[in-house]
Order: sequence, then C-alpha cells, then structure tokens
Amino acid sequence: MSVVTDPARPVAVPDEPGTPVRKRKRGTFSFNSMSPTEKVVRYVLLVFVLLITIGPFLWQLSTSLKGSGEDIYTRIPRLLPAQPTLDHYGAVADTIPVWDYMRNSLQVAVLVVGGNIIGSSLAGFALSRLQFKGRKLVLGLFLATLVLPGEVTIISQYVTVREFGLANTLFGVALPGMIGALNVLLMYNAFRSLPIEVDQAAIVDGANVWQRFRYIALPSVRGTISVVAIFAFIGAWDDFLWPLIVLTDPDKYTLTVGLQYLSGTFSNNPRLIAAGTMIAFIPIVIVFATLQRFFFKGVEEGAVKG
Amino acid sequence: MRYHRWFSPWVLVVPALAWLLVFNLWPSINTVILSFTNARPIGGGTFVGLKNFEALLHDEQLRYALLNSVIYMIVCLPFLTIVPLALAVLVEKKLPGITFFRTAFYTPVVASAVVVALIWQWILDDRGLVNGMAEKLGVISGPLPFLSDQWLLLFSAISLTIWKGLGYYMIIYLAALGNVGRELHEAAAVDGASAFRRFTNITIPGVRGTMILIAILISVSALRVFSELFILSGGNGGPGGRDSSVVMLIQQYSQGFEGNLGYASALSIVLFFVTVVPMLALARLNRKAADA
Repeated sequence: MSVVTDPARPVAVPDEPGTPVRKRKRGTFSFNSMSPTEKVVRYVLLVFVLLITIGPFLWQLSTSLKGSGEDIYTRIPRLLPAQPTLDHYGAVADTIPVWDYMRNSLQVAVLVVGGNIIGSSLAGFALSRLQFKGRKLVLGLFLATLVLPGEVTIISQYVTVREFGLANTLFGVALPGMIGALNVLLMYNAFRSLPIEVDQAAIVDGANVWQRFRYIALPSVRGTISVVAIFAFIGAWDDFLWPLIVLTDPDKYTLTVGLQYLSGTFSNNPRLIAAGTMIAFIPIVIVFATLQRFFFKGVEEGAVKG
Repeated sequence: MRYHRWFSPWVLVVPALAWLLVFNLWPSINTVILSFTNARPIGGGTFVGLKNFEALLHDEQLRYALLNSVIYMIVCLPFLTIVPLALAVLVEKKLPGITFFRTAFYTPVVASAVVVALIWQWILDDRGLVNGMAEKLGVISGPLPFLSDQWLLLFSAISLTIWKGLGYYMIIYLAALGNVGRELHEAAAVDGASAFRRFTNITIPGVRGTMILIAILISVSALRVFSELFILSGGNGGPGGRDSSVVMLIQQYSQGFEGNLGYASALSIVLFFVTVVPMLALARLNRKAADA
C-alpha cells in the first residue's frame, strides 16, 4: 500500500470533531478512469458548445476592433481585425454619454445589492430562527409573490414610484428591487439549515437576538449571501424594461437603455454599436468571472434550486 | 419558550415586509383598480367601467401578441427542457478545465438581453455573418430577411431566447444531477447499458421533478418575453407591429402622450391569466405522474 499524501492539506490539522469522514471515492472503475475515446468525445463536444455560446461575443468584440477602412461585410468572415483599433470605443463616448450611463447603472446596482443583502438576511433570519405569531403568514406572503410575474405589476409599480415623486430618477429605478422576495426565501433556507443547538448555546451564554444574528448566523451563510449579491448585481445591471419605463430623460439612462438609444440613432455603423455592447458586457463578465467560484459553490450548496 | 422580546422579530422583518406590501401586494391590487380607469402616464384618470376590457377584444395587435406567445412557448419548451440536461451531463464530470467550460456556457445568461440582442442583430443583418456565409456557400442567392419578415423575425427571437437560456437551465439541472444516485449508473454500466440508455432510463427519471419545474419556468418566461423581440424588431414590433409580445404592448401603452395606463393594466391582467394557465397545467401533470 502506498501512502498518499495530499500536498494541499497540512498533515497536522485533525478533522473537525463531529464531521463524519465522507471522503467517498468518486465512483469506482469505469467512472474514475474514463476511456481515452470518451475523453476525446467529451472535449470535442465541449469545444463545440463553447463555440456556440462564446462565438457571438467574440465576433462582436472583433467587429468593435476593426478599423473604419476595413470591410466588415466581407463574405469570408475574418475574426482577427486586419487594422485593429480602439477608436470606436472613443467614438461611442462622443455619440452618447456612455461613461455617465455606466455610472448610472453602477449606482442602481449598488443600491440593489446593498438593499438585498441587508433586507433579506434580516428577514430571513427572523423567519427561520425566531418564533413569533404571524411567522407562517409572513412566510406565506413571500412565497405567494413568487407566482406573480414581475411584468404583471410593472405598470402599477410605476404609478407607485411616480406617487413617491421618483419617476425619472435613478433611485426610482433601484427602489422596488431593493428587497426581493426570492432573496428573502433564499436567506430563510440558508439560515434554516444551521443547527438549532448553536442558537441554544448562545442563548445560554446570554447572547441577544442581534448578537446571535451578527456573530453566529451571518458568518455561516456567506455562500448564500454571495449568490444573492451576484444575482442582484446581474439583475440590476442587465435590467431593461423597468428603467425604460421609469426614465424619460436621456441624461439619466442606464447602460441598457442607453445602448438601445444608440442603436436606434446610429444603426449605420455596426462597429460603433459593437463597441457600445462590449462596454456594457465586459464589466459584467469580469464581475462574474471573479465571483464564479462562490456562485458554483452556492449552486452545490443548493442555493439555486429554483 | 421564547428568548427575545416580542417585537424583535418584527424589527428584522419590517423592511422586507414593507417592500413586499408596497411593491408587490399593493401593485397587484392597484393593477386591477387601474384597469377600470383611463389613467395616463402624466397622471389622473377616471373610472371607465369595462371599456378597457371591451377594447381588448377588438385589439388586433393583442391577437398577434398572444399567437406569438403561444408559438414562442411551444418551440422553446422541448429545446430548453432537453438540451440543457444534456449539457449538464456533459459538464458534470470533473475533467481538467471543466470550470472554464461551465463558466463560459453560463456567459450568455450573465449578459444583458439588450447586449445579446444587439449582437444577434448584427449577426442576422442582411449583410451580417449568417447571410454572408450562406451566400458564400451558395445556399441562398439573396440575403434572408431575418429582421424584417414577420415569421423569420419571430423565429430569430426564439432562437436567441433558447441560446441565452441554455446555461441557466443547465445550472439548475447540474444541481439536481448531484442527487441522482451514482450507484444506479454504475450498476447499469456493469450490466452493459449504453450511455444513451443510462441517460433515458436513469438520468431523466432521476431529474423528473426538476424537469417539470424547468418546464414551468420556460413557459412563463416565454410568455413574458420582451427585450429580445423589442431590440430585434427595432422597438416597433416588426412589420405592422405583428411581432409584438404582450409585455411589449404593455410597455408601449406606458409611455408618452399616447399612453394609457388603464389599458396597459388591462393587458397586464391578460398577461397574468396567460402565465397562470401553463403553470397550473404543468403542476397538475406533475401530480398525475406522481400518482401513477
């Protein structure tokens, strides 16, 4: 028998007490040692799907970098620009205030992310860890709203926001989405899976509700919080219909509405629109690529069960 | 026994509850109220009885929108329930570099619908990538009017929705696949079952519940489609406005001097009933299958 040492794991650290050793070997024979043919077939399929999913983005990136003198309509598509240039990115900013739009989108996204993290973790904690009259009813209300597609109430939501005097403001765009019912339920689920004994021990030690929330429960649900944050950011950054309804003043547009405005006015230059779409696309890809680790971990923990 | 003052839970719940009441429950009630008025985007509005609902019956654009929605749903359903499952099986196994592939497959989901619709608009342009390559290969003599023909535009939008949705449903299936017994697969493999047989006889029954859920999600989101059709049609719903969706009509009536929030609310109520039908039907199907 050969001794297997995992270099990534310090030898002296003992397993946490109470954690059952669940390092079951993944599969046995045919599952662990995949045949070379299967491996090749799998990679061929993976690359094929990759081309379908990523190809259009690369094509757009390439168009945005092609020089004005270059024929972008060529019959034989050329992925690498012959005269690469960043001019069109500057030209977008001359045509529409694209950096202001980006700041507007960012403002909305930050408000939505902050509101959801705070509001849904507070409510999720109370609903799952504290006993009180009316708890079931409140929980039922949150569940019931999931059935309702957001577009059904979007008109009267606009009327409400207008009543608050927030029509045509960025705060009005952010406000309704600042605490989502789905996020409250996600946090509720995450808090519920923590063992109740920890709470009881903290109560014996004299911890009050806030201390139990802040120092015991909250640090244990970081995975779900990051999933909530990622989805809230992506949702706010990508949203189109709601800002389109709320905002009438071109100065206040968010990136998505601004892009549509750009394409409506200057559709004759595909390079320009391509550069504009890349300006909206690249930040969200960076955000997602940086945080995908937490996202896929959250998926495995069951945070995304629909 | 309680270990907190009676109001502590309420202090924590109140912000979320306030949002729920002000931005979900009240708007649901108010939608019904508004649908009986002639409220304008600028403000005001008086009670007009059933006038908006009568107008719905004679709205030709709404008829097209409903037809489009049904086609949208029927085409999306099979593609988006099956293909993402196959993708999930493909990325399930931890091969080197699999995280990269998973992230890449998810990218269209992360991108804004506006961004991807503008990208597809360029690809499907009369002088774009698809037409250019097809002409080069001699498949067609002139460019196909993907963005100006009523039906081609609709199907372009549908394929865009399918392409953008693949990664989303793949991830949901991936989470569900974790619960399908590995032992079953191994036993079947020992017995000599082919990969395809194992997929149809073990994987699919194993994720049946998730599949129903996904079918519901697909139907509802197909009926709610907005950005893809809006951008691809240049914001005007294609030739004669025949490529509108119900949500596009709602948006159209929400703006400007021509706007009519009362009528938009009546359309919202139509949208509500349209989305509830497939939800109930599929939930019923689920129960029946569970009983059998």
